Amino acid sequence: MTDKSHLLEVKNLKTVFFTNSGLFKAVDDLSFTVKRGETLAIVGESGCGKSVTALSLMRLVPDPPGRIVGGSISLEGTDLLALDEAEMRAVRGNRISMIFQEPMTSLNPVMRIGDQIVEAVRLHRNIPAKEARNIAVEMLRLVRIPEPARRAKEYPHQLSGGMRQRAMIAMALACRPVLLIADEPTTALDVTIQAQILALILDLQKELGTGLVLITHDLGVVAQTAQRVIVMYAGRKVEEASVEALFAAPKHPYTRGLMASIPAVPASGVPAQARLNEIPGTVPSLVRLPKGCAFAPRCKLAIKRCEAEYPPLADWGGGHLAACWRAAEVAEVA
Amino acid sequence: MFAYLVRRLFLMLVTLFGISIVIFLLLRIVPGNIVDILFAAAGYVDPADKANLEKELGIDQPLIVQYWHWISGFLRGDFGYSYVSEKPALQEILPRIPITARLAGLALLFSVSIGIPLGVISAVKQGTRLDYALRVVSLSGLSLPSFWLGLLILTASVAMFGQMPIFNPNPQTWLEAFATYAVPAAAVGFRSAALTMRITRSSMLEVLRQDYIRTARAKGASDAAVNYQHALKNAILPVITVIGIEAAFLIGGLIVTETVFNIPGVARFLVEAIRWRDYPIVQNLVMLIAVVVVSANFIVDMLYAVFDPRIRYTD
Repeated sequence: MTDKSHLLEVKNLKTVFFTNSGLFKAVDDLSFTVKRGETLAIVGESGCGKSVTALSLMRLVPDPPGRIVGGSISLEGTDLLALDEAEMRAVRGNRISMIFQEPMTSLNPVMRIGDQIVEAVRLHRNIPAKEARNIAVEMLRLVRIPEPARRAKEYPHQLSGGMRQRAMIAMALACRPVLLIADEPTTALDVTIQAQILALILDLQKELGTGLVLITHDLGVVAQTAQRVIVMYAGRKVEEASVEALFAAPKHPYTRGLMASIPAVPASGVPAQARLNEIPGTVPSLVRLPKGCAFAPRCKLAIKRCEAEYPPLADWGGGHLAACWRAAEVAEVA
Repeated sequence: MFAYLVRRLFLMLVTLFGISIVIFLLLRIVPGNIVDILFAAAGYVDPADKANLEKELGIDQPLIVQYWHWISGFLRGDFGYSYVSEKPALQEILPRIPITARLAGLALLFSVSIGIPLGVISAVKQGTRLDYALRVVSLSGLSLPSFWLGLLILTASVAMFGQMPIFNPNPQTWLEAFATYAVPAAAVGFRSAALTMRITRSSMLEVLRQDYIRTARAKGASDAAVNYQHALKNAILPVITVIGIEAAFLIGGLIVTETVFNIPGVARFLVEAIRWRDYPIVQNLVMLIAVVVVSANFIVDMLYAVFDPRIRYTD
């Protein structure tokens, strides 16, 4: 069944958390694919399930309280959910790597940068320490850290945030993974550094032919980097499209709301927007999701049916999927 | 790093100076001196004899002179003479030190080699039955006074084997030596092992939540590598601090344990000397203990710099 052209194929993924206040579905029935060398962006507000999706791909969802309870994750034809823990360890950091949001806290403070990369290399490659050390320095050079040999001997606290994120990228790519997951890789960085890091990730992705799953809440980042986009809301995929199609004609009111929240730069002479557009309300509690569309309580277009029935993902042509009863009207209303 | 070391050393000297004054004054505040005690036993007091003896021992002089006399002697290694045995105090103290040092070392070894691994296991298995069992054991370790634990061990060995472990001053083999010291060391080290375990556990729990632990897992590191290489190396700092502080408590525990097990170490000797107000022995011995404890804390500070690169480079 697995399509060979797909690097990653996720089908009906379901990850739940068992908490004191009840069971909640952090990721509910999520399916998507990533091709070799492709960039897929997953977008949504905090708490929409995008980070849990990333952790599910790595099988690093903290258990307890979380657990993957359904679906399949297939990487180059291997079902990751069927692997035992030792086999999965051989995949992590080797065939799939991950870059995290917080470069300040994601590196071990008492280990030298070089040693942390060497560890990643030697976990998966049976090579002498000296050779691994050379690879580590080479990786630091690849992520454009000046004086890589000297930096390799330093500790994380001696590096700036941007440098640390470069080191994280070096570590993630050290074993040449086929898939890289970047969970908000630039959110914690200064704006000027953000662009550099994004450019670096994209350059290396192109150079190494890595598939990339980029998780972000920033549609600006999506427009610059991705080929395809998934919009998530309350644990579900509400829209999926190519970047062009999504920005040209979003089908889901939530996506439209996200786009409207991007502050526009006023042209000279025109008074600035008095107030930023926002989506009213907040993401609902995942423990008590409404029966119908989870976005309905915040949606200006909501009708009776939205509250009663969950809308299925419908294809609007060219692989543009949206889960909204009123998708046809979205474009006209806005 | 060098400045850090110098600063610590200076602080250490200031602390020791303060301690010496406290030791000296406390002993003088305690009512009665050796002369009072000797003459009280005799029942008849000729004030002239008493004054003579006080003069002979130098305890009739002003406090400041007495202090100077003592501390300058201590620094030269001249500890004076024991009032009781009239032998040089150094000769009385020195042969007893190895006994107590072995006991303390073994107790510390127990607490580190048992407390740290159990603390890690307890944290990793948080919420399981094993964790609860280990926590109950460690809590009992903290609640049992070491002298009572010692008595329990003695009673139990009499009940079970019909004899109690007797201190063997000249063990012939390593095994004998270990047997001689292991039981009392375990009695006094149980508490430190329990404390070490609890601190290791809570510190590990804190560290295991950190982002860099997730990073290590994402690299494909095994549980053992994550727990012992990544987590423990970060979690060890508070444990080192506690072990440093425990070194002082250990000596307190040894005083009673040596008495319970009838071991001729310095700790029991100190209690004896206090009873006789044997100033040269008490002052010098307590001062030596203070040096050991302060040095232990100095070593802890240095270990901090070894384990945490962020401290090493802040100068």
